Amino acid sequence: MNTVNRIYLYKRYERFWHWSQALLVISMLITGFEVHGSYHLFGFETAVSLHTLFAWTLLTLWAFTIFWQFTTDEWKQYIPTLKKVDAMVRYYTFGIFRDAPNPFQKTADKKHNPLQRLAYLALLSMLSPVIWGSGLIYLFYAYWKSWGVDAWLNLEAVAFIHTAGAFMMLVFFIAHVYLTTTGHTPTAHIKTMITGWEDVD
Amino acid sequence: MLSRLKFILPLAAASALLAVPAAFAVPAKPEAMIAPQAQTTPQVQAEAVGKPKAASTGDHSKFKELQKNFKTGPEVTQACLTCHTEAARQVQHTKHWTWESTDPKTGQVRGKKNIINNYCTSPVSNEKDCMACHAGYGWKDNSFDFKVEKNVDCLICHDTTGTYRKLPGDAGHPVYKRVEFPKGSGKFVEPADLKKVAQSIGMPSRSNCGSCHFFGAGGNGAKHGDLDASLQHPGKYLDVHMNEKGLNFSCVTCHATSSHEVSGSRYNVAAAVEGPAHIRGKKDESPAACQSCHSDKPHHESRLNQHTDKLACQTCHIPLYARNEIGTEASWDWSQATIMGPDGKPTASKDSAGRRKFDTKKGTWVWDSHVIPEYRWYNGVSTYKVIGDKIDPSRTVQINEVGGSPNDPDSRIWPTKVHRGKQPYDKVNNYLTVQHTAGEDATALWHNFDWQKAIGTGMKTAGLKYSGEYGFVDTEMTWPITHMVAPKHDALSCAQCHSKHGRLQGIEGVYLPSRDNNKWLDLAGWTLVLLSLIGVLIHGGLRIYTGKNKGQHK
Repeated sequence: MNTVNRIYLYKRYERFWHWSQALLVISMLITGFEVHGSYHLFGFETAVSLHTLFAWTLLTLWAFTIFWQFTTDEWKQYIPTLKKVDAMVRYYTFGIFRDAPNPFQKTADKKHNPLQRLAYLALLSMLSPVIWGSGLIYLFYAYWKSWGVDAWLNLEAVAFIHTAGAFMMLVFFIAHVYLTTTGHTPTAHIKTMITGWEDVD
Repeated sequence: MLSRLKFILPLAAASALLAVPAAFAVPAKPEAMIAPQAQTTPQVQAEAVGKPKAASTGDHSKFKELQKNFKTGPEVTQACLTCHTEAARQVQHTKHWTWESTDPKTGQVRGKKNIINNYCTSPVSNEKDCMACHAGYGWKDNSFDFKVEKNVDCLICHDTTGTYRKLPGDAGHPVYKRVEFPKGSGKFVEPADLKKVAQSIGMPSRSNCGSCHFFGAGGNGAKHGDLDASLQHPGKYLDVHMNEKGLNFSCVTCHATSSHEVSGSRYNVAAAVEGPAHIRGKKDESPAACQSCHSDKPHHESRLNQHTDKLACQTCHIPLYARNEIGTEASWDWSQATIMGPDGKPTASKDSAGRRKFDTKKGTWVWDSHVIPEYRWYNGVSTYKVIGDKIDPSRTVQINEVGGSPNDPDSRIWPTKVHRGKQPYDKVNNYLTVQHTAGEDATALWHNFDWQKAIGTGMKTAGLKYSGEYGFVDTEMTWPITHMVAPKHDALSCAQCHSKHGRLQGIEGVYLPSRDNNKWLDLAGWTLVLLSLIGVLIHGGLRIYTGKNKGQHK
C-alpha cells in the first residue's frame, strides 16, 4: 500500500462559498422555473419572494467572495490556458473508459484542470453577466420608467435572456454534478469539497 | 408590516409602562380641574358638547322663505333660488339635468338622452316613467324646456328626511298624493311634507345618490354590478371606504363636487391617473380617482407599485363585483317580451333569490352574484351607439366600444361588467330601435304588448325612419367596475393573474411571468437539459460498463 499524500486544496471560506452558492443556485433554479411557469411548487408569490431573497443573498456572498479571491490571489485559478486541453478532452472521451491516468494533477496552485478553467471562466465571464444583468434589470422593472429605459426595454426580451441563462446554468449544473463523480472514487471530489483535503499519489 | 410592528411594539410597551404610574399621579378629584364657570352651568356645556355641530352655518328650518306649505316641487325650488341664486343654472349645466354628455376627446354627444343601451333601451317616448330619475320636474316629452329654473329638482339630491320620493309615471314630480306602488302590490307611498323636507335639506347622502344609482335599469343592483342598496349599510368586506363602522364615506367623499358638477363619470373615466396624491391648493383633475388620495404608488412594495403602469387599481382591489345576494343582471333578453302566461294573460316570475326572471312586459333576465369581471384595456373613452347609428346585425353589437390598447400610455387593464342583451332593431335600416314601452296609451308596449306599435311610436318620437320590419339582435354593453372596493386582504393574489389560466388570460400586450413564455426557448432549453442528462447517463453508464475508473488505479 502506497502512502497517500494529502494536500489541502480548498480553504474553509472557499468551501463555505462553494456549498452556500450551490444551495443558492439550486434554490434559484427551482424558484426561477416556477416563476417562469414551468410547475407549481411554492406558489407564484412565494417563489418570486424567495427567488429575490436568494438573489440578494448570492450577490452578498459574491461581494465577499470577490474580495476573498483578490486578497488571496485565488483569482489566478481562473486564468485560462490551452495547454493540455486536448489531452483533457481525450481523457474524458476515451481515457476515462480505459483506466488511463488523468493527464492533470491537482496542486494547491492549480486546482482546476484546463477544461475546468475554461468552463469556470466562461461561467464567470459570460453566463454570470447574462443572468445577473438580465436578472437585475428584471428585478428593477419598477424603475424602468423613471430611468427612461422603458422606451427601448421590454420585459419579454429581458425574461427571454434571463430564462436562456437559467437553462444554461441548469445544463452546467448537470455536467458539474456528474463530473464530481469522475475522481478516483465516485465521491472523492465531493469529499474534497467538504473536507478541503484531496488525496494525491 | 412586520417591520412596523417591530417598531411599534416596544414603543407601545414603553408607553404602557409609563402610563401605569402616570394614572396614579392624576389628582384624586378630577372635577377640581374644571373651570368654576363651567361647574355652574353643567347642562349648557353638556348640550353644546353632546349635540353634533351642524355642517352648515344656516339652519334652514329658521328661514322665513321656507315657512310655507309648499304644494309642488317647483314651488320649493323657487324658494331655494331666492338665496341660492346660481344653483339652478349650475345644475342645468350638468348631466344630471341634460342627460347629455360630450366626449372631450372624440366630440361624440352621448348621454342617456342620445344612446340606446341594452337595459331599458331609451328614455325617448318614455319620459314620464324614466324621468323619475331626472333631477328636474316635468320632462314628459320633447317639449321640455331645459331653461326653466324652477323645474330643477333640488330635493332629490338634498333631502335628508328620506320621505321625498319620485315614482315612474309622474315625469319627475314627487308623490303629491298617496298612491299604491307598485300597482296591485298593496303597498302605498305617502306624499312627503314638502315644507319639512325643504327645511331639512343637507349635503347629498348615500340614500340621495342611491335612490337612482342603486336602482338603475329598474331594479336593485340590476344595472351596474358595483352599485346597489347594500351600500346604504355596507360592511368592510363589501366596501372598505363606505364601511359604516370604518371610514364611512358617502358617495360625494370621492365624487367631489363643485358648482354642482359631480366628478367621476363612466362617460369620461380617468382611466390612467399618474403621480402623487393630490394636495390642497392644487387643481384636481380627477378627484374621484383612487390615485387622488392614494397616489399611483400606494404600496410599500415597489414590486406592487410597478403594476400601476399597466393595471387600474380596481383590477386587483375589486376581485369580484356584485359581492352580495342582491347581485346584478348579466343579461336581458327583450325578444321574450310579449310572451303571455299559460292563461293568455301577462305574467311575471322571479328566480330562486327573488330577483326578476321573466316579465311579459320586458322579457327574461339572468342574474349573477359574486361575478368575476371581464378585463379589458381601457383608456377611459367609450364610443357609444347613439340613436340612428348603423349596426351590423350579423355580429354582436357593441353598445359602447371600449377604447384603449396595450401601447397607449393612457390605457390600463380594467375590470368590467359586460351586460349581454337581445333587443329590437330595424331589419331594413340596420339600426337599433327606440320603443315606446311605458305608459297606458294605445301604443305602449307594456299596455298593449304589441312590438310593432311600440316601435312605431318610439321611432316617430325619436325622429327616425322605421321600415316596419323588426328583429332582435345580440348586444353587449361594457361597464368599468370601480365601486365596492374590497379590503386589501381580499385583493387578487399574484397567482390569480400570474398563471396559465388566470384572470388575465386573454389580455394581450403585456408579458406576464408564469402566464407567458417563449415556446421555442422552452423547447430548446428543455431539449438541451434532456440531452445533457442523457449525455451524462451514457458517459456514466459506459464508465460502469467498462468497469474502469472505479478508484482502483493508482
